[in-house]
Amino acid sequence: MEAIDIFSYFLLLLLLLSGIKVVTTSNVIHAAIFLVFTLATTAILFILLSAEFVALVLVLVYIGAVIVLFLFGVMITRAPLGPNAELDNDQNKLFATLISLSIFGIFTYILLQTFDSTVVIREGTSTKLLGEILLSRFVFPFELVSFVLLGALIGGITLARKDNALMDEDQI
Amino acid sequence: MSIQPILIAAAALFSIGIYGILVRRNAVMVLLSIELILNSVNINFVAFNAMLSDVFLNGQIFSIFIITIAAAEVGIGLAIVLMLFRNRETANINEFDLMKW
Repeated sequence: MEAIDIFSYFLLLLLLLSGIKVVTTSNVIHAAIFLVFTLATTAILFILLSAEFVALVLVLVYIGAVIVLFLFGVMITRAPLGPNAELDNDQNKLFATLISLSIFGIFTYILLQTFDSTVVIREGTSTKLLGEILLSRFVFPFELVSFVLLGALIGGITLARKDNALMDEDQI
Repeated sequence: MSIQPILIAAAALFSIGIYGILVRRNAVMVLLSIELILNSVNINFVAFNAMLSDVFLNGQIFSIFIITIAAAEVGIGLAIVLMLFRNRETANINEFDLMKW
């Protein structure tokens, strides 16, 4: 076993541990910070799989923008910033554990049956090729996604702004 | 390195996200769990791309598109949560039962 394999196993373990902490911690801010850990570990894993552009996009978009948005959302909705015992539905916990464990079991069974000893290939960099393909073969979906982002932008502003003409003073 | 550990870790991350969606009570926390699920799908795409050593890098391009759509989804989702909070004074999804039979 090479050193890079041991490092990959360590990364996968770290990924799972921080993912578990995201859904079990009782502090809202800690959950967002552990999501940062999960995404950073994923980015390192992507670099090891020779997908360095995807890793950088993940760091920029998720850790840079989405987490900040989440922290804003937490603070705007006035969730208690300290530890909070009322964050979980306690009567759902057994049910949820059962469902997630059964999904994990089914997935693991199918994956172990299908992919026996296929090896991941690590080779060089892929950013140059990715840029060429993205702007030639995938240029139509690429432009379409920009329209989706524009729609999300307009929709977000429309939903979140206070429409003073329609709303009474006491509602604001 | 074999692809199996990566796929199993992604499946575990998916199940963790499902657990979070079912257990959490705050709407923002549910959105965080959805991010975990999308992230596990990204890991699968990139791992399969590395396994097949695809000439057209379809897996990486799909994961970039997924990241973009996820960013749009978070924006809209948080706007909806903000709107609900403004109208109902709470972000607890147990109290949003207007459309429940």
